Amino acid sequence: MIASARSPLIIVVHISVLLLVALWTLPTAGLLISSLRDKDQLAVSGWWTALSTSSQNLTGRAASPEAQVEKDGKFVIEGKLLEGDTAKVSAFGVRPLQPSAFEAGKPADLGDGQTLTVNEDGSYQIVSPTRMEGTRGQRIFYTASVPPRFTLDNYREVLNAAGIGSSFINSLTVAIPSTIIPILVAAFCAYALAWMPFPGRAILIAVIVGLLVVPLQMSLIPLLKLYNGVGAFFGVPAKTYVGIWLAHMGFGLPLAVYLLRNYMAGLPREILESARVDGASDFDIFVKIILPLSFPALASFSIFQFLWTWNDLLVAMVFLGTGNDELVLTGRLVNLLGSRGGNWEILTASAFITIIVPLIVFFSLQRYLVRGLLSGSVKGG
Amino acid sequence: MQQLLFAIFTMVGGVLACAAYFFGTNWLLDKIFPSKGMTGAQASQNLRITNAIRPWLFMAPALFALAIYLVYPVFESVRLAFHDRSGQQFVGFSNFVWMFNDGEFRQSIFNNFLWLLVVPALSTFFGLVIAALTDRIWWGNIAKTLIFMPMAISFVGAAVIWKFVYDYRSEGSEQIGILNAIVVAMGGQPEAWMTIPFWNNFFLMVILIWIQTGFAMVILSAALRGIPEETIEAAVIDGANGLQIFFKIMVPQIWGTIAVVWTTITILVLKVFDIVLAMTNGQWQTQVLANLMFDWMFRGGGDFGRGASIAVVIMILVVPIMIWNIRNATKEMER
Repeated sequence: MIASARSPLIIVVHISVLLLVALWTLPTAGLLISSLRDKDQLAVSGWWTALSTSSQNLTGRAASPEAQVEKDGKFVIEGKLLEGDTAKVSAFGVRPLQPSAFEAGKPADLGDGQTLTVNEDGSYQIVSPTRMEGTRGQRIFYTASVPPRFTLDNYREVLNAAGIGSSFINSLTVAIPSTIIPILVAAFCAYALAWMPFPGRAILIAVIVGLLVVPLQMSLIPLLKLYNGVGAFFGVPAKTYVGIWLAHMGFGLPLAVYLLRNYMAGLPREILESARVDGASDFDIFVKIILPLSFPALASFSIFQFLWTWNDLLVAMVFLGTGNDELVLTGRLVNLLGSRGGNWEILTASAFITIIVPLIVFFSLQRYLVRGLLSGSVKGG
Repeated sequence: MQQLLFAIFTMVGGVLACAAYFFGTNWLLDKIFPSKGMTGAQASQNLRITNAIRPWLFMAPALFALAIYLVYPVFESVRLAFHDRSGQQFVGFSNFVWMFNDGEFRQSIFNNFLWLLVVPALSTFFGLVIAALTDRIWWGNIAKTLIFMPMAISFVGAAVIWKFVYDYRSEGSEQIGILNAIVVAMGGQPEAWMTIPFWNNFFLMVILIWIQTGFAMVILSAALRGIPEETIEAAVIDGANGLQIFFKIMVPQIWGTIAVVWTTITILVLKVFDIVLAMTNGQWQTQVLANLMFDWMFRGGGDFGRGASIAVVIMILVVPIMIWNIRNATKEMER
């Protein structure tokens, strides 16, 4: 980093980092841009073309023959295909298999002496030598270049119709208590493990380090049985928010205790000893000295726990259920992937609502997140 | 909205209850065994007793929760693995016999090993390379933040993001998935990437690598910065070039950290579930153990015996890393 910084290779470094950053951000950028696009445009053109006009194949129907007027001995139907748009029609046709058989502005022969003309601005004209019959208007297929259009309609739709709004509340309901409740429990335990000598302390720490990596899958079935049993015994539903809060607390505790113990064990011994000499009890020392000093570690853990409970799918599906009212955001998104798999305007907007909260937390509190990662992994285990 | 209020109410109640427990038990302990205002011998004896009891009071709620949510389930899962679907009838090893004869299970094991080979290696590799490169440029921190960002995105959210990247439209119509658009622009045929057996596993792995590289990068970047300057200066004086310095001086000094990153990601890979569920749900031969286990938990009313036995297999795969972690942590504490 000293010598090579001045070498011509530095340009290669710049370019390769730029490429890597592009590779890592483009997928998310594509999602965000797509969620803001008009859904008709989104369905036919890639998000990277969002700023250029897109060419769309559209279908319209002319006004019915009842609207015809007589002009100079001919019968004429007039109207406009594109409502209030600045789009331009380039070609049109009357058969689904030849949607762009005729150029815009040139008359097309419909048979029986009838002609259809679609102009660039979308206005059309059907001219017939005889009175036209029927009640349905002529179908017109046309190719139009539509200018880029950005809208919040997709968000409006998913928040109300697709159930994302209520799932958002569910996610908050799960994540907030699951983050806050374990903190105090873990902090007391961490203090005992860091500063209170007692037989078996080393073994307990080893057990907690071991529990850090126990797969969640081991817990699912026994806890499901336990919850069902408790629910049946007390006559309450087995799948409740209280149940999932406690489950998240249990699964988060090893990391919480481990992070906090590492941090507290690193605090200077002199502070504690001088407080002890002054006659402070362990309880006082913990509440008045250790807890305030441990704020960075508490913040790190809270961020981890919040991200993990917000982003979790497995625990929520098992302990909260998959009914329509109980789905958290991640669960709802999985459902939408199944039921609305092709509707990218729904999926992109829903996904973005799902990830926006963690992203805000991430960008505003990144410092603590990094610190937590470092103390959790580099030091110990 | 009402349930959110309920949640906040419970949260405040829960925190207050915890505080009351710690304060109350502590106060009670001091009342029963007072050490202030007592004569010498009695006071020191009481002090010994309270000092022996207090740590356990502090730890009781956490240990209780850990016991119920993690320790008991481990033993119960092992027990259930030897029982039938309802957990009543002892069936010996028949769940495991079924498992090894089951094509889907063997597929999952094979896929899991693929994941284990590819994801930790590539995440660590990219993390290391990016950490080393971004240290040399002025906008390195911005680059790092952007590459670290996917870490905050849920696996399901990431699955949607990448499903959009892999989106497939039949040949001839305009591709809106960027991967197929690139393939078509280069003169190739669009492919439905998710349905190509074997290779589709790698398209799923890309998602996890995308998420985990940031984690590897952050930790390895800190480790690289911790390398003593003198070793690098000495190498520069001896005429080593940039690559030599990186591979022969820097990397050997951070082997320990690389191992930690590698094992952490390995654990995560063994539990990978959300991505597969959201992208393919195990179709087109992409099944993995965690998703198979979830499947058996609920399939046909739930087969707890088979589900638990698959969980036990995952646990067995984790145990070596667990032991390694414990030994490292114990060594760390003795220092």
